[in-house]
This record gives sequence, C-alpha cells and structure tokens, in this order.
Amino acid sequence: METQETAATGAAAPAGFIADTAEDPKIRTRGCSVFYGDKQALFDVDLDIQENEVTALIGPSGCGKSTYLRCINRMNDTIDGCSVTGSIRLDGDEIIDKGVDVVLLRARVGMVFQKPNPFPKSIFENVAYGPRIHGLVSSKSELEGMVENSLKRAGLWEEVKDRLHQPGTGLSGGQQQRLCIARAIAVEPEVILMDEPCSALDPIATAKIEELIDELRENFTIVIVTHSMQQAARVSQKTAFFHLGNLIEHGDTNKVFTNPDNEKTQDYITGRFG
Amino acid sequence: MSTDHIVKSFDADLRKLDNIIAEMGGLAEIQLADAIDAMLKRDAEKAELVIEHDNRLDELETQLDERATELLALRQPMAEDLRAVICALKTSAVLERIGDYAKNIAKRTIALSQTAPIGPARTVARMGQLVQGMIKNVLDAYVSRDADKAEDVRHRDEEVDALHTSLFREVLTYMMEDPRFITSGTHLLFVAKNIERIGDHTTSIARNVYVLVNGVAPEEQRAKSDASSYTVVESPTKEGTAG
Repeated sequence: METQETAATGAAAPAGFIADTAEDPKIRTRGCSVFYGDKQALFDVDLDIQENEVTALIGPSGCGKSTYLRCINRMNDTIDGCSVTGSIRLDGDEIIDKGVDVVLLRARVGMVFQKPNPFPKSIFENVAYGPRIHGLVSSKSELEGMVENSLKRAGLWEEVKDRLHQPGTGLSGGQQQRLCIARAIAVEPEVILMDEPCSALDPIATAKIEELIDELRENFTIVIVTHSMQQAARVSQKTAFFHLGNLIEHGDTNKVFTNPDNEKTQDYITGRFG
Repeated sequence: MSTDHIVKSFDADLRKLDNIIAEMGGLAEIQLADAIDAMLKRDAEKAELVIEHDNRLDELETQLDERATELLALRQPMAEDLRAVICALKTSAVLERIGDYAKNIAKRTIALSQTAPIGPARTVARMGQLVQGMIKNVLDAYVSRDADKAEDVRHRDEEVDALHTSLFREVLTYMMEDPRFITSGTHLLFVAKNIERIGDHTTSIARNVYVLVNGVAPEEQRAKSDASSYTVVESPTKEGTAG
C-alpha cells in the first residue's frame, strides 16, 4: 500500500516537489516564479518556512533571494511589470492572489529594510503609527503601553525612554534600525522579513540586532536576507541558498555551513564563486 | 579541493597547512623507522639521534597551531575548508604524539642495547614496518583527500593488533623460560606497545581524513583485535608437563 501511495505521489509530483509534511509550516511556497517583464528572476521555488525559526536566505547578488523575500509580503506588487506565479501560503492562506488585501497581509508580515528608514516623526510616533492606523488600540494609555512594550522588545526602551518625543531620525544607525524593528513588531505581525538589516551598521550595532533576532524568534517567524555568511550562520536555524533564481539547497544551518549537500553551495560559502 | 578561492591567498594558507602536515608525517615516519632500525641493530648512538630529532616535530606542531588559529580568525572558513583546518589541527597533535612514541622506543633501545639480545625483537621490527607503511599510506590519503585509502589504513590496524597480541605471548614465554630476559623482555613489551599505540593513532588520522572528505564520521566500528590486555600465559612449572 505504501508503494502505491508513493507511486501515486511520484506520478503527480513536478520536479523539485517537496512532500507536504504532517506538521504544517508557517509559510509554504510551491512553484513560485517571478518575472520582471520578460525576464524571469525566480524559477519554480518550493520552500517551507517553519514557525518560530529564523530562516536565512543567502546567495550572490541577483540570485533571487530578495525577490523571493519580497513575494512574502507582496512588495513586488509595487514594481511595474513584475508578475508572480505559483503559490505561497501563510498558515494555509494563499497570498499570491489578486483578491488578497495587501494592507492586511503586510500587517501580518512586517518588514525591516537594509537602510534604517524611520518616519520623519518622533520616536513615539514611529512606533504608534502602525497600531493606530490598524485600529489595534482603543485608548491613549493602551497606545502608550504598546509603544513602550514594542520598544522594550526591540531592546531600545532604556536608551530612548527619556526622549520619546524627539525625532527618530536623530538616533544612531543601530538605534534607528531597532526603532524600525519596534515599529514592525508594534502591529503584532506573525512574520518579520529582514532585508540585509545590518549591512549599514557597525559590528556592535550588528551584534545587538543579532541578539534581538534571536529573542524575537520566540514570538515571530523570521526570514532574513544577508550577504554575511557568518551572520546567516550565527542567527538562523535554517538556511536557503539561491543561485541564478533557483533555490539550490535548503536545510539546517549547521549542516549547510559544515557539510552542504550541493557543490554550488559549498563553492559559494567557502568563497570559490559569487 | 574543487576549485580555487576567489581570494587566492586563502588557497595558499590552506596549502601551507597541508604542507606542514606532510612534513610532520614524513618526519614521524622517519623517526619510527630510525627507532626500529636502531633497536634491531642495537645502535644506541642512532637511538640518541632519534631522541634529539623529536623536537623538530614539536616545533612543526606549534607552527601548525599558530597557522591554523590565524586562518580561523582571519578567514573564517566554512564547510570543506573548515573541516580541512580542524583535520589539520587534530592530525598534527596525533603526529606529534606518534613522534613521542618513537622517541620512547629510542630510549628503550638504549636500555635494550645494554642487555642480552632477545629473539622477538625481530617480530617487533616487523610490526614497526607494518605501522610505518600505515603512516605513509594515511598521509598519501590525507594529501590526496582519498577516503577509500584512509579506510584501508583503518582496516590494516587489525593486523598490527593481532601481531601485538601474539608477540605479547611470545615475550612472556621467553621471560618465563629464562629470567635473564626479564629486563630486555619488559623493554621490548613497551616497545611493542608503543608501536601498537602508533597504529591506533594512525587509524585516528585515517578517521580524520574520512571526515574531512565526506563530512560525516565513518559508519561501522573498527574491529578491535588487540587482545594483549587479556592475555595470560600459564607458568610452565604450574603446567608440570611442559618442556
């Protein structure tokens, strides 16, 4: 009977198909392709991202890792001529669908960018903005509590509690990035996407963000794009390696960095091409 | 190693580690050969030279440690490269240890050269040559990243263990039959034990090479055939009829 089942699945499965496991992943991607006009940037990606884990996306520039990341909160919609096919399910809900409310989706899937981009407003307003527009709070004191809580979770509270009404842009780069993380988590998302969040930061600020990522993992599912292999190794539990728009290898981070299965992965992480 | 690194000096650094290991291996092999040869020829002077040359191995080990630490800190190697550095570190420690055993054989050779010649010394020498061949092969396997050859070395250690067990018995019998052989016999047993230990260390290098190439430890456990620890030779007087 088992053989029959296997044969049946085998017959229906396209190349690179991952069997659906009993334990549902937070994000299930199947056959995801992305086109910028005529140019295909991502080829038929199958990838499962587990809840409360940090998944690092690595690969040389132009490999499709950021393109994939931006599919998860439909950021590619903002690019003219970009089309996405295939399926990405967030807790079973299809997100590659014209009918999806992207505002709601982006409340569930927050994002932190390469360059810290606080709003030109006060520290308090930067964090309060999201909960307010999404109607997550009903009173001023509730809002204040939420701002404090978010800043605490982002490890920034102690540094800014006495100057909440000064502009967010007056903070240091590392503090600004943590402010952006506080802003992202204020709306209680399920997933946080990070696109090279430390590439503009010094090593100390980077270490603080990495420590923060590890703490946030308890409550959020995190997907991070990074060019630093050491960072991927330090912060993630799973690593996915992309090359020329294809997902080459995906697995436990400790395995990928000590004994990868694929030769391309090995060549990339050991600095033999890229 | 598949292709070259983008940063060429990284390749040079890794090659340097391999070169030091190759040099240490060659030296350990020669030290063992010379110690065995000195023992066979009862040549105390040659034995002294072996003792003197041991510090070369110690120096190379220190050199390798420094290079490897530097490489880890400056290059942060991953995957195969990381395994290469770990393997080099472990192997150099083992080769240094092999050198210590060879040195101990040389010390005992000086004592042996002052006592009556004892027959089983030839069996010990044969054991030594076997192990010497293993060292040579494991280093070839190391330099050429040849896991099969390394596995072959692991299996040849069984021969050494078997030889050690039978030799143990032989030397005990010699000592029982003639108490004048007790001093030389005891030293010879230690020499044999040293060689047997070198064999074990050589197989641990073979294991390192396997992990270096495949990224996982070899599966099956190597059969242990050194039974000398359990060997009892009954005294001929107890047997009554022996003779």
